[in-house]
Amino acid sequence: MKKTIFLLSLFFCSTALALQAQDYPSGNSLLDKIDANMSSKTVIMTASMQVNSARATRTITLKMWGEGDKRTFTEYLSPAREKGTKMLKLDNQLWMYSPSTDRIIQISGHMLRQSVMGSDLSYEDMMNDTPMQEQYNAVVTGEETIDGRKCWVVEMTAKVSDINYYSQRLWVDQQRLIPLKMQQFAKSGKQLKETTLLDIKQVQGRWYPMKMVYKDMLKEGKGTEFTISEISFNQNIPANIFNKSNLK
Amino acid sequence: MMKLLKLVFRNLIGNGLKTWLNVFVLSIAFVLIIFMQALLQGWDRQAMADTVKWEIAGGQYWNAKYDPFDPFTLDSAVSELPKQFARQYETGQIEPVLIVSGTIYPSGRSMPVLMKGIRPGQKLLELPTTLLMNPTDSTDIPAIIGSNMAHQAGLTENDIVTLRWRDANGTFEAQDIRIAGVFKTFVPTVDGGQIWLPLDLLQKMTLNPDKATLLIKSKEVNEAPVAGWDFKDVKELTKTLRETLRSKAVGQSIFYVIFLLLALLAIFDTQTLSIFYRQREIGTFVALGMTKKEVVRLFTLEGTMNAILAIVLGAVYGIPLFIYFAVNGIPMPSGTSDFGVAISDKIYPAFPPKLIVGTILFIILVTAWVSYLPARKIVKMNPADAIRGKI
Repeated sequence: MKKTIFLLSLFFCSTALALQAQDYPSGNSLLDKIDANMSSKTVIMTASMQVNSARATRTITLKMWGEGDKRTFTEYLSPAREKGTKMLKLDNQLWMYSPSTDRIIQISGHMLRQSVMGSDLSYEDMMNDTPMQEQYNAVVTGEETIDGRKCWVVEMTAKVSDINYYSQRLWVDQQRLIPLKMQQFAKSGKQLKETTLLDIKQVQGRWYPMKMVYKDMLKEGKGTEFTISEISFNQNIPANIFNKSNLK
Repeated sequence: MMKLLKLVFRNLIGNGLKTWLNVFVLSIAFVLIIFMQALLQGWDRQAMADTVKWEIAGGQYWNAKYDPFDPFTLDSAVSELPKQFARQYETGQIEPVLIVSGTIYPSGRSMPVLMKGIRPGQKLLELPTTLLMNPTDSTDIPAIIGSNMAHQAGLTENDIVTLRWRDANGTFEAQDIRIAGVFKTFVPTVDGGQIWLPLDLLQKMTLNPDKATLLIKSKEVNEAPVAGWDFKDVKELTKTLRETLRSKAVGQSIFYVIFLLLALLAIFDTQTLSIFYRQREIGTFVALGMTKKEVVRLFTLEGTMNAILAIVLGAVYGIPLFIYFAVNGIPMPSGTSDFGVAISDKIYPAFPPKLIVGTILFIILVTAWVSYLPARKIVKMNPADAIRGKI
């Protein structure tokens, strides 16, 4: 009798789980929706980057112009030491102008792996704009609540070999279709980084995180906070903005 | 000549305390020059021997793209082991080393490191690589580090620390490693900022199977051209070390140059004064038939004799001192290896005869020159005026 009850309950539980799993959206379609929400034809933003190191905290403000996922121009506005530093990204090439040396240098190869202004972000992290769909296989594995918002838990595993992070876990807001938390893992399963997306606001009809906290999980510290003060999408950007001559 | 020497000697002794003061200061300069040079030669000899034992062996083959001063070249400076050395790998006469950059996270802070893969149990270098041999059932990643590195990272034996690196595809990987041993070496180039791991494990971790960055060869293996690899002999590999030691030698020479200048100044001063005070004597010598050149020679010899006496005096207290330090060595303060040059905790000065003879000749010549300079004035003297004490 006990055995029968156990088998019946096992059957009902598995059926319930199967039904529940069927309710989950497909991981890849979810990635599509996230990409559609987060990307735009053009973006212009003013933001500050607060780098919290073990010894000190410093804040860098910047203005960025972006067109699609290929062209980005960034100008540092403060502090005085960084003011006037400009970065231009065209496809997978990156140039940087530093007013102190009055020289334009191309950041390439292994230099792209260096940290940007001592932050928890590398140039490569900043440049990585390949749609997640092209790099990862995604599976929705469950539901969780973050800050009162119901989220899909998405497990992503690399489907290409030349990639920074072998796997990622995303918590995607079910309603707004925007990730609220992202975790990056090594092949060994060790967590390397965590990104928390906060202060989600509706801008020009889309939900967008106005604050992002990047944290290197292997070291102590509060990580790097990226706060957007102004943002606008799909505005016309003059073509000369993305010209190398605009760096000097 | 003997008469002249006797006269010179008598004059010097007659000068009393002034002579002995000059001789004493000159003897200090003499002893210091030999001692400092011997110290550097001893240091040089030990540093070279240690560097060869710990790092270089009989020379190295570098991957053509490898540049030790540019860590950005590391990822591309990796290629398959040349097949022509297959027998030498087996006999342990050539040891491949794979170098990859990584980061360790001791106590929550990040620290860039060079991960160096070497075969556990190799015999070519002094590195205690037997500690890298893991029991077959263990999944540990054993690592050995130098004491300097252990100090920088705050790590001790059996500590577990997270190591992060990128594989050949650029994908991040991270795992905990166990510090299997901390070795003491006087060669900073195998210690600071470096972690030694088993070669096969590092090749697997970084997806670089059967690949290496450099090959270390034993003295018994003859140099042969290998496509894609550049051979560096011991002389070339120790060039930077020799240049560093040479620059240190210049810095150290300041001390004994000051002493030497003091002694030479005193001799110059004494010579000038004695020519001034002994005008009647000079006039008498000339009146008695000595040529002016002979008088100049007499005074130059008198000054040079200071150096001879200084050498004798220096030998009296210098030789026992040199013997003591040559036997017992000179302890170096801890932390001197942080200078970036191989330096052991004790340096044994080396006193080759060339050094001693060279220094003796140098001091005699310099003293003779300094003594001659004021003596030249004698040539211009009028003997009649000199006898009357007028110049």
